[in-house]
Amino acid sequence: MRVMVLVKATEDSERGDYADHADEFAAMGKFNEELVKAGIMLAGEGLAPTSDGKRVVYDAEGASRVIDGPFAEAKELVGGFWIWQVSSMEEAVEWVKRAPFKNQSVELRRVHEAEDFAGRLPQDILDAEARLRAQSGQ
Amino acid sequence: MANAATHRTVEAVWRIESARLIAGLARTVGDVGLAEDIAQDALVAALEQWPASGVPDNPGAWLTAVARRRYVDGVRRRVSFERRAGDLARELAETEDPMAEIEFDAHVEDDVLRLIFTACHPVLTRDARVALTLKLVGGLSTEQIARAFLVPTPTMAARITRAKKALADAKVPFEVPVGAELTARLASVLEVVYLIFNEGYAATSGESWTRADLCEEAMRLGRMLAALAPDEPEAHGLVALMEIQASRIPARAGRDGQLVTLLDQDRSRWNRLLITHGLTELHKAESLSGSQLSGPYVIQAALAACHARALIAADTDWTRIVALYDVLRALTPSPVVELNRAVAVSMADGPAAGLAIVDTLAADPAMRGYHLLSSVRGDLLERLGRTDEARAEFERAAAMTANASERAHLVSRAARLT
Repeated sequence: MRVMVLVKATEDSERGDYADHADEFAAMGKFNEELVKAGIMLAGEGLAPTSDGKRVVYDAEGASRVIDGPFAEAKELVGGFWIWQVSSMEEAVEWVKRAPFKNQSVELRRVHEAEDFAGRLPQDILDAEARLRAQSGQ
Repeated sequence: MANAATHRTVEAVWRIESARLIAGLARTVGDVGLAEDIAQDALVAALEQWPASGVPDNPGAWLTAVARRRYVDGVRRRVSFERRAGDLARELAETEDPMAEIEFDAHVEDDVLRLIFTACHPVLTRDARVALTLKLVGGLSTEQIARAFLVPTPTMAARITRAKKALADAKVPFEVPVGAELTARLASVLEVVYLIFNEGYAATSGESWTRADLCEEAMRLGRMLAALAPDEPEAHGLVALMEIQASRIPARAGRDGQLVTLLDQDRSRWNRLLITHGLTELHKAESLSGSQLSGPYVIQAALAACHARALIAADTDWTRIVALYDVLRALTPSPVVELNRAVAVSMADGPAAGLAIVDTLAADPAMRGYHLLSSVRGDLLERLGRTDEARAEFERAAAMTANASERAHLVSRAARLT
């Protein structure tokens, strides 16, 4: 399963003020390396402050309106994310507990798997296809 | 914390920590079977104690400490037993702190790599390698592995026990091979990972842990390997191959549950994240390979990438695919690769060019009774407008296949030509 880990923004991250956080960056780099070596990291990025961001709001008729950042309430904003491939939500939680955060809030969300393929194909077809694919590399 | 929740947490901690724990122990005790037994003792202790005491703040360190204690106790017992026979002073010096050299940061990654190579050692049968890799490196339980491979748990347990004994009997050293041996041993590791992937790719149903999860497990093992042996192009190539193939899983079933072939798939349902990751891995593999693509996994990944890069089937770069099949054919010649090359040639240069290759292949005794050859030949004849011959070829293919769904598909293609 895939889990998206949403790391909330902080006042410093919203200000783009990283000067006092060099140690945290180093620790986070090491943690990211661990995630890669564990084979679970699919994606992970840090987001620029919302002063560089936009919001698009739709009304009931579907008409849209663009709002420029920055946005208030740093704690409600997303400052970065990971997408991990793990075997359970518990595994994702255990990984998050190893992350070098302080004064931080992290939200874990299961990613919907596009159409669960499980059980939707007869076994003989799957076998045949796996055979084919294994032979051809396609 | 409720007992079931603690159990799930213990399982999660085990998934994260077990490979490093077992690898660190194995370097000290020199025997992966014994290392795994000691680690399992620590796991049992966690299952007993954590429901009451709560999960410790640093569960990995807790498991390490318990394992270390078990091992020291075991050695002390053995030392006192052998007191009269052995060189007591030397033995004691050695056992003062036998686990002192386990540093779970400095060497642990090398140890995990050693563990992977040991679990995939050629002295073991293929089935044993697969089981041992999932158990020691993947951190899966014997029950989970048994369920994934559709065998009773005692059968799988016996297989794993035999494998550990075989490693001990053969005195397989706990090390990453070097030089020429590395190439052969790495091939064995890659084969095991890809076997696990293919086992999962053919899976149907999904409860908590089933065969379908093997795809994800194989990708995880592949990524671990690529991260631990970053200079090996084939490791990155295998990751790319698995990820690009897995990206198509959501698109391979039609509305009625029938198989949708690659060129007919709705590409908007392909998993873009896996494709992106896979293409990045392929890029690493190609940079490491230099001008010549280095091995079968890199080449197959490059083939898969040709499809992944085409947003619609008509955009597929068939010329590049033909060129890649030429390389693959030179490296691992086989009639099946040749048949696939014929299909690619027919897409690049037209059905007549493809048919010429297929007709040459048809003379190969190895291809006699191979329904895919007839199926491909029927398809090429149909595209050439040779309808009667095409129909006969589809009927021949239908008669040769043992697979009911494939037969139905071939019969309907023949029927459309009447």
